[in-house]
Amino acid sequence: MNKESAAALKGKKKQILEVWMGNQLKDAALRDDLMSVSELQQQSEELLSSLLKAFSSARAEDTESDGYEPIHDILNEISIMRARQGFSPRETSSYVLSLKEVLSQVLEERFRDEPAALYKEIISMNKIMDSLSLLTMETYIKGREEVILRQTNEMSEISTPVIRVWDGILALPIIGTLDSARTQVVMEALLEEIVATGSRIAILDISGVPTVDSLVAQHLIKTVSAARLMGAECIISGIRAEIAQTIVHLGIDLTNIYTKASLASALKMSFSMLNIQVTRAAQNGPSGSKQNFGF
Amino acid sequence: MERIPILKMGPFLLVTIQVDLYDRLALTLENDLINMVSKTEAKGVLIDISAVSIVDSFMGRILGNIASMSKIMDATTVVVGMQPAVAITLVELGLTLSGVHTALDVEQGMELLRTKIGQLDTDEEGLYDSFI
Repeated sequence: MNKESAAALKGKKKQILEVWMGNQLKDAALRDDLMSVSELQQQSEELLSSLLKAFSSARAEDTESDGYEPIHDILNEISIMRARQGFSPRETSSYVLSLKEVLSQVLEERFRDEPAALYKEIISMNKIMDSLSLLTMETYIKGREEVILRQTNEMSEISTPVIRVWDGILALPIIGTLDSARTQVVMEALLEEIVATGSRIAILDISGVPTVDSLVAQHLIKTVSAARLMGAECIISGIRAEIAQTIVHLGIDLTNIYTKASLASALKMSFSMLNIQVTRAAQNGPSGSKQNFGF
Repeated sequence: MERIPILKMGPFLLVTIQVDLYDRLALTLENDLINMVSKTEAKGVLIDISAVSIVDSFMGRILGNIASMSKIMDATTVVVGMQPAVAITLVELGLTLSGVHTALDVEQGMELLRTKIGQLDTDEEGLYDSFI
């Protein structure tokens, strides 16, 4: 890009910003629900002035040069922010690409009588804008990955509560797929809790586990063995019909492990293992006292 | 040489491991313990490993060996107080110690031993009764 076009673009800065903003506001894909117009205007103005400054720098063609550093920072900030706000990849990259149209209009006016120069300038402008757009995409994806990573961490933290359902009985409702990393977290949480509460029975409820394959079963068996080594017995409950079918079809041996269909029956079994008897309380008082409940 | 003390409590032997077991110490313990079982005709062996924080496959095997040997000599072995990290390590090593009874602490271990021995006694009495 030569000095002339840089100067021409600089001279028309106000006009460019106006047309660019106009185009963006006209666009059906404008997300005014995610971002206010004034915010967009401010962002666009900042980007445009840094860009025009870079165009007039010595190495305007090279987007890796020092002149483009502020632009990189601005674009990084914009795309990470947009990734967090929930903009789609298309919306994010078209933000930078939409500037292309306006810039070529200005260049067209300036070099109307010199087609060769116009061609050269447009190509070089395209190259710069494309490379900036790629940069935007790259940071956008990076931003999204950060969001995904954070959510994964949060999920594995919140989804492994160990509940004390009775004196000496723990319950561990497992929700979601069990992979090696999660099994580790679940196992550690359970064993720590067994030590802390001195519980003799732990119920692993897998009604929230969508599928059980041989790997998941192996993880479950490992957890049960570890708890057994510490002196606690495990009961696996919440085994649905489909899961029972897959387990048998896969030839997984669960004969050494207590299994129950529901948490209720597992609890009943734990009571009998701990010699606890639960009985309905006898109705006290005169028979007429029932009327007090308003029946 | 360092030795781990073996205490006799009625019909049971109580071993509390307070140091990290190295191979030689573990072998000595195995030897001493089996000799003690034979000498005292103990009915139960309780091994407290709550202070042990590191195990390897050798340690796991020694525990399994002690249990099997005691069983041959008619004594039940209970391992109590295993740390979570130790349990996870043993499982990852593929050692589930299937012949060993486990309990959370010494108290529960004693209770378990008592019920086990009680069962044995009544079984034997029943056997004796049926002979007459």
